[in-house]
Amino acid sequence: MKSVLGDRRAILALLGPALLVYSLIILIPIFWSLGYTFFSGSIVSGFTPSGFDNFITFFKDPTAWTAIAFTVKYAVVLTVGQVVIGYAFALMYHFYLKRASAIIRTLVFFPVVLPTVAVALLFQQFFQSAPTTGPINGFLNSLGIASVDWFGHADSAFWVIVAMDIWRSMGFYAVLLYAGIVDIPDDIVESSRLDGASGWKLLRHIILPLSLPVLLSSVIFSINGTLKVFDSVLALTNGGPGSGTTPLTLYMYQTSFTYGDYGYGSTIALMLTILCLLVTIFIFRAQRRDLTKA
Amino acid sequence: MIPVATALLDAPPTTQAQRRRSSRTLKSVLLSVPMKILIAVILIIEIYPLFWMLVSSFKTQAEFLGKPFWSFPADPQFVNYVNAFTVGEMGHYILNSAIVVFPSLALIILFGTAAGFALEVMVFKGRGFILMLFLAGILIPGQMILLPLFTIYFQTGLTGSLWPLIITYTATGMPLTVFFMATYFRSIPKEIFEASTLDGASIFRSFWSVGFPMVRNAVFTVALVQFFFLWNDLLIALTFTNSQSLQTIQVGLLNFTGNYGQVSYGPLFAAICVSVFGTLVIYLFLNQRVMKGLTAGSVKG
Repeated sequence: MKSVLGDRRAILALLGPALLVYSLIILIPIFWSLGYTFFSGSIVSGFTPSGFDNFITFFKDPTAWTAIAFTVKYAVVLTVGQVVIGYAFALMYHFYLKRASAIIRTLVFFPVVLPTVAVALLFQQFFQSAPTTGPINGFLNSLGIASVDWFGHADSAFWVIVAMDIWRSMGFYAVLLYAGIVDIPDDIVESSRLDGASGWKLLRHIILPLSLPVLLSSVIFSINGTLKVFDSVLALTNGGPGSGTTPLTLYMYQTSFTYGDYGYGSTIALMLTILCLLVTIFIFRAQRRDLTKA
Repeated sequence: MIPVATALLDAPPTTQAQRRRSSRTLKSVLLSVPMKILIAVILIIEIYPLFWMLVSSFKTQAEFLGKPFWSFPADPQFVNYVNAFTVGEMGHYILNSAIVVFPSLALIILFGTAAGFALEVMVFKGRGFILMLFLAGILIPGQMILLPLFTIYFQTGLTGSLWPLIITYTATGMPLTVFFMATYFRSIPKEIFEASTLDGASIFRSFWSVGFPMVRNAVFTVALVQFFFLWNDLLIALTFTNSQSLQTIQVGLLNFTGNYGQVSYGPLFAAICVSVFGTLVIYLFLNQRVMKGLTAGSVKG
């Protein structure tokens, strides 16, 4: 028995392919990429060692700081937006729509599965000002407001990206958080109702604390996803105007493949990875402190 | 993770309390009007962009430039769809995507399930460590591995074929699949495999004839989730397809307007429609499973 379930050759045969592919294509390249940060150049032009130059460049590079600022701003705004709107939907599903919510849940969820590129092209047309007038500007015009050149300014382009990504993801977070709210035992909610808690009070003191774990995992999941935003920005604004809506991911991509600097590109990728890890740890810690206080 | 996934779509049992709540007549009537308006607004926000996209895909170029956005096409231009496939080469891109995605999916499922089986059913040292190793891959941004991979594919001469995509997709699918399958195998009593071993089955037979059929449902869900990830991927496809003949549907669509001198709105909208409704049809038939699968994948904390 033990010898069959512990047969080394069988383990190797079953686990080997997955581990091999994973190590060769993911693990080794991670360390390889770390090595690149100490070089400049590319596969075409050849590599020259450059010590810590890439890191020094990074911290002095205004474009890099703009990219960090954009990435963080986007991640914070989108995480708050996704989770708050998703939570509002989840509460609505559970407390107002109840059993009738299945069809609305399914409907609000569908944009998640749509290809980002297609949705981005659609939103481009939706917000267009010239040569065609898209529905948004058409609506503004009908109210007597002049068309807005949404993609002409970094600020307005930022909000279009946010609007699109919230449209795409709110149904997903709604279902995720709904699962957490459904898990709250009915008798707890009912007994606090009998004790006189209702509406806002019920939400603040009963529902919210009890759905905190699922809220936390939503926030972590959302932060981790939004810090890596790439598809939607590339397809919607391509980082423009100028570099006004360029996140770290896109800046890394342009540095590496447009300007052919692998070393600096790897440095940006490393900074992004560190940022993701730091934020995740930070949220975990903040959460733990809160729990001990309460 | 599993309790969340299963609790997801089972409606909570109707208790007496709930029945009482839903019959608070006066208040619920007052609530129902704003609620209905709210739901109408939600429906418009969800549906209208798609409706507008569909209607627009039948318009002529002149109607795009001259008529307001809400106007309907005078004469539906089915030719837009023909153009999207001929001049726009949508068929070519879709074929490339299929050539890349389905072999990758098959490999992901085969390798991932086998690894999950080995990590949960079989007995050896370091199982926990290897599982953690796979999980770590979820946190790492794709940008971290692109450049070394570019070098590897360039130097092994794979650049210029679709192999880089198949290989990279297979690897990026591993973390989630291994984690999923390990979790499912954990829920199967070990006695089953001990029994099949006592009956003389080799470990491969136990995996293929006993274990695999038992997690068939899970396999299907994982395959569905991975399908959407791979089909909608842009970053990897964009990096490793250096010529137009290799482009997948997402990259092709991104460069779609490049095939024409100026933006031809009709074919562009037709192409967006094809791309969107392709995935939407799958969702139409399998939505409950897709919702379960996608959300279960995120609750890993």
